[in-house]
Amino acid sequence: MVTRGFTGRRPDKPVAERLPPGQYLTDDFPVLQLGPTPRIDLARWRFVLREGAKPLKSWSWQEFDALPRTRWTGDIHCVTKWSKFDTAWEGVSVDDLLAAAGLEAAPTAYLLAEGFDDYTTNVPVADLTGGRGMVATRYAGETIPPDHGGPARLLVPHLYFWKSAKWVKGLRFTAKDEAGFWELRGYHMYGDPWREQRFSDD
Amino acid sequence: MANVWQEATIVGIAPETPRVKRFRLALGRPMPFRAGQHVDVRLTAPDGYRAQRSYSIASPPADPTTIDLMIERLDDGEVSGFFDAVAQVGDAIELRGPIGAFAWEPAMGGPLLLVAGGSGVVPLLSMLRHRAGATPDVPALLLYSARTAADVVARDELLARAAAEPAFSLDLVLTREPSGRRLDAARIAEALARLGDPAHAFVCGSNRFAGAAADLLVDAGIPAARIRTERFGE
Ligand SMILES: Cc1cc2nc3c(=O)[nH]c(=O)nc-3n(C[C@H](O)[C@H](O)[C@H](O)COP(=O)(O)OP(=O)(O)OC[C@H]3O[C@@H](n4cnc5c(N)ncnc54)[C@H](O)[C@@H]3O)c2cc1C
Repeated sequence: MVTRGFTGRRPDKPVAERLPPGQYLTDDFPVLQLGPTPRIDLARWRFVLREGAKPLKSWSWQEFDALPRTRWTGDIHCVTKWSKFDTAWEGVSVDDLLAAAGLEAAPTAYLLAEGFDDYTTNVPVADLTGGRGMVATRYAGETIPPDHGGPARLLVPHLYFWKSAKWVKGLRFTAKDEAGFWELRGYHMYGDPWREQRFSDD
Repeated sequence: MANVWQEATIVGIAPETPRVKRFRLALGRPMPFRAGQHVDVRLTAPDGYRAQRSYSIASPPADPTTIDLMIERLDDGEVSGFFDAVAQVGDAIELRGPIGAFAWEPAMGGPLLLVAGGSGVVPLLSMLRHRAGATPDVPALLLYSARTAADVVARDELLARAAAEPAFSLDLVLTREPSGRRLDAARIAEALARLGDPAHAFVCGSNRFAGAAADLLVDAGIPAARIRTERFGE
């Protein structure tokens, strides 16, 4: 349906090609979260890998910070329609985390990322391994500001950014693909921006 | 279903403030929603180019076939500029919804602390209107920060509610009036003294406003789990 009188403000071709459908480019870094920014004490911070309820491995902040590091620079896409280009992150890849936990392979095919604010979101393990996801602890060369999920957030940049859980405190491997906070509230189980998978039946 | 686009017809346009207009939309299909939720609006140019933005619903859920949006004109705004300068009564636009977890229902009760910055009052208006119809005894307080008195959205309605509804109080924070104050810890403490311990706090506005206000509420001792935020952008 054409909207009468709407011409729009088209981005240039190079920008348009990098924008998934329905997204627009921003230079800012907007914030999307459910509530206040949690106050996290690094001295008490722990990151835990679990299979169901069973802990597999956990790290203090110092231990986590000493793990091998990975860098990634690229575009991120938020379901609230903004996209931001060339964002630079650094952290521990999920491959390196599994190795550091002594796991040859992930115990199941799905997981829920869990935040200190009790937020959860589901991601297939295959979308995190093979260099596709990390637990980021640096943004643009600095520690990640609390509003953007620091001290550590998940980074799965090829999915809508609600999958990149802020203030992440652990990954819980699950036997089935279990819906997280937004997925229980009508958002898509997978969330591929290029297929515009915003809501459950998209 | 939230994900299905539908056509809505603009049946009324009215100025709310110098920068905010109210758009009344008749929906092709009823859209039951919860107070505080938003819709996505999609505009399509003749060559197929599209822009999408989110807008909160200002009207209460009592009527799922006619909803009000309130859209603030931003300088160079692609979509808000279209609504301000081009949209007319009788035009059709596409939307889908309801969307979001920023929502209050009568069964959740109160006391209800609502904190708005600028056009962030829109989803809170839906909550206040719903509360007045469904559970007028639930205590509620709206702490609303706007630049000047002329920038207060739904000002007459809010003042009338504050006068007529014993369980509702209004606290306007006008930052650019001569006697202007900002939203600070003292202002929050005053609001809490009037309202009592809130069971739910809803904060909505720009990024910066919502972040700062939510931090002030945490500082005032409100458990984070009771605070919900909605951020409109920058
Ligand atoms: C859940 C949700 C609910 C919302 N509800 C409402 C609502 O009820 N009423 C309403 O008026 N808006 C609301 N918004 C904001 C709205 O979606 C648009 O972001 C806004 O209308 C700007 O779009 P635009 O196309 O006009 O501006 P754009 O063309 O995207 O931007 C124009 C200029 O304004 C800046 N800008 C973009 N957004 C904002 C902003 N929010 N504040 C200040 N500057 C900005 C841009 O950086 C740019 O410089 C909501 C947003 C969200 C995420």
